[in-house]
Amino acid sequence: MEHHFNTELDGLKQKLLTMASHAETAVNRAVEALVTRNHDLAIQVNDDDTIIDRCEIEVDDLAIHLLAKAPLASDLRLVTVAMKISQNLERVGDEAAKIAKRARDLSKEPPLKLNLELPRMATLALDMLKAALDSFVNHDSAAARDLIPRDKEVDALNKKINGALTEHMMQNRDCIPRCLNWITAARSLERIADHAKNVAEEVVYLNEALDIRHPGAKTMGNPAT
Amino acid sequence: MTAPNHRWRKCKDILMQVIALTCAILVVSPLILIFFHIVKEGFSSINFAFFTQLPKPVGEAGGGMANAIVGTFVLLAEAAVVGVPIGVLGGVFLSEYGGNRLNWLIRFGADILNGVPSITWGVVVYGLMVVPMHGASALAGGVVLGLMMIPLVMRTTEEVLQLVPGGYREAALALGIAKWRTVVQIVIRTALKGIVTGVLLALSRVAGETAPLLFTTGNLGWAHRLTEPIAAIPLQIYVYAISPYPDWWRQAWAGALVLLVLVLAINVGVRFFTRDRFPKQSWT
Amino acid sequence: MTPGEDKTIPETRRETRDESREPNASVPPSTLNARPSTVLTTPALTVRNLSVSFGGQQVLKQTSLDIAARAVTAIIGPSGCGKSTFLRALNRMHELTPEARVEGEIRLFGEDIYARNVEPVVVRRRIGMVFQKSNPFPTMSVVENVTVGLRLNGVRNRKLLVERTEQSLRMAALWDEVKDRLQAPAVSLSGGQQQRLCIARALAVQPEVLLMDEPASALDPLATAKIEDLILELKKDYTIVIVTHNMQQAARMSDYTAFFYLGELVEFDTTSKIFTSPAKKRTEDYVTGRFG
Repeated sequence: MEHHFNTELDGLKQKLLTMASHAETAVNRAVEALVTRNHDLAIQVNDDDTIIDRCEIEVDDLAIHLLAKAPLASDLRLVTVAMKISQNLERVGDEAAKIAKRARDLSKEPPLKLNLELPRMATLALDMLKAALDSFVNHDSAAARDLIPRDKEVDALNKKINGALTEHMMQNRDCIPRCLNWITAARSLERIADHAKNVAEEVVYLNEALDIRHPGAKTMGNPAT
Repeated sequence: MTAPNHRWRKCKDILMQVIALTCAILVVSPLILIFFHIVKEGFSSINFAFFTQLPKPVGEAGGGMANAIVGTFVLLAEAAVVGVPIGVLGGVFLSEYGGNRLNWLIRFGADILNGVPSITWGVVVYGLMVVPMHGASALAGGVVLGLMMIPLVMRTTEEVLQLVPGGYREAALALGIAKWRTVVQIVIRTALKGIVTGVLLALSRVAGETAPLLFTTGNLGWAHRLTEPIAAIPLQIYVYAISPYPDWWRQAWAGALVLLVLVLAINVGVRFFTRDRFPKQSWT
Repeated sequence: MTPGEDKTIPETRRETRDESREPNASVPPSTLNARPSTVLTTPALTVRNLSVSFGGQQVLKQTSLDIAARAVTAIIGPSGCGKSTFLRALNRMHELTPEARVEGEIRLFGEDIYARNVEPVVVRRRIGMVFQKSNPFPTMSVVENVTVGLRLNGVRNRKLLVERTEQSLRMAALWDEVKDRLQAPAVSLSGGQQQRLCIARALAVQPEVLLMDEPASALDPLATAKIEDLILELKKDYTIVIVTHNMQQAARMSDYTAFFYLGELVEFDTTSKIFTSPAKKRTEDYVTGRFG
């Protein structure tokens, strides 16, 4: 006999996956618009973000509805993780929209004559996001754990790009608006990588029932004692 | 909404009701007829003298069945003394103690005894008591009635105790109350009405036994000691009824009426005693 | 527990209780495995290799478990898994069933309750039980029911009986509702009140452990909530073991949970671990309702 609650849980997972694919698409488009200076592509990202926002509301709604049925054990973890992941994906959507705005602004002005490693950073961030979402789909906790350290790489790249742009800004005053746009875009990519890491941590919790967030905080002892 | 053979179905229904009603009437009517007949025949002979005087010799009118009436009550009291303790405690044993095999044997024995013809009981007690004592006695009469009561009271007691839900026993034992205390102060107390009912009904049954008394007791006068034979209503009825004297026949009818009223009184009393005093009221 | 215990309810048992008066430790990160004796405080009951069979058919197999003192331990599992059998073994109730055979060892604060010289009656005064269907004695009033455990064990002291009545009814959260009708027949109370009366009755003999066999399953949600709150209050002073088939109830009320299946103890751990991340798949399947 079909277990109705299972069906509802599957529905939750489906919604989350739909939201995830929109998020991936949004980031892909935004990065492409940025790199290829495509104004029209950038405008489409706004629509993607709107869809993602709506998805977040639907996922959270469904999650609350399921919580009222008092799920336990892995079902309980799935519902709470779903709410967390939807929040992270919504932020990813927002960051993608921000990148797209920078892309629109940059496309109106002549290109900056600077070789940045931004495309590589974008690839890294995109890969992380995809890997995180795949690990959720495949219940692959090991893959999730593997991608967490890659965030450091992205952070390092961000720092490097920031440095390069800051230096360029100091030497070429008229480039400042464009440099600032690039800095913002890079920061958004760094945030996207962070969110991917968060998703990976949630996937580990879902599959292993282990909370691996904030390793530094745990050694401080139990604040309740 | 009406089915095609609705009318035929309704007819069957009514037919069934009519048949059932007829059968019920057929069952109850002998009872009513007997009752009215006895009342009709016996009522005229009931007077104060009937309850206070001894039987008069043949030919003399009047007289009563005082000795038989008193005798019946004495015999019932003896029967209760013999039958109630053994019967009730036997029932308690069957319900609360004992092993499966043993209990099965006891029940089997009790059920057989219940079916033994009453005259056989009389013969047995004749051999056991009347012969060694060289004569009939009130004791023997009471004993035989008591013995007849035992299997009956035992089985009804057991059944009533079994009706007490096991939950009460468990609850009491879970409180650390010893088993015998549980049985006496919880189980028996809960079933008390049923046990008393069983005893009273058994008494009303043996009140009308005649055959066993034939061998064990009987007196046309007063008994002064329990070792002397004592009169009893059913015996007296029998003696009068087989006689050729119309006076005594009338007395017999009156005796039958008294016996009937006695049995009726016990049954009505039982119903009154076991009525539901607090029918689902909430205590405010 | 010695044979020939005198009739007054011994006050010395209070000392035994105080020895284990340590606060329940905050739930440690779960290092608990199947070996149950990692409960932090002195356990109230230690069960070792308990097996119960009825007429040759084994219902409970080699179960070992520690019941923590002053905590609520829930026993969950599908029907027929042996949870009620386990519960009844804890206060020697199986001795009422002739075909039952109980093997293994159960100790109450270190004392073997199945030892040869120990009477079951004494065990049951220290380990009380409340049943699924409330069963106040119908021929007795409210106050008679509460004091029946004392009176039928020989306690005559009127003052003690009166005190104990009020104390027990207060502990069972029933005093305010019945204080004006203590002489009313016990069966005139509502279902939820009757069950609380049975709890008061069990508490009146001052047991150390209270066993409850699905105490709220026959009650409506409001009455159930009252019983649950009551149990959470009682656990400050009593060790409670509760059999329940309602998972959410176990999750709400208990500190530790034991999951039984087909007569075996599958998993025993803190409640939060069992209900958020059980170690065994079978526990996970049962808890999420995939079977049973």
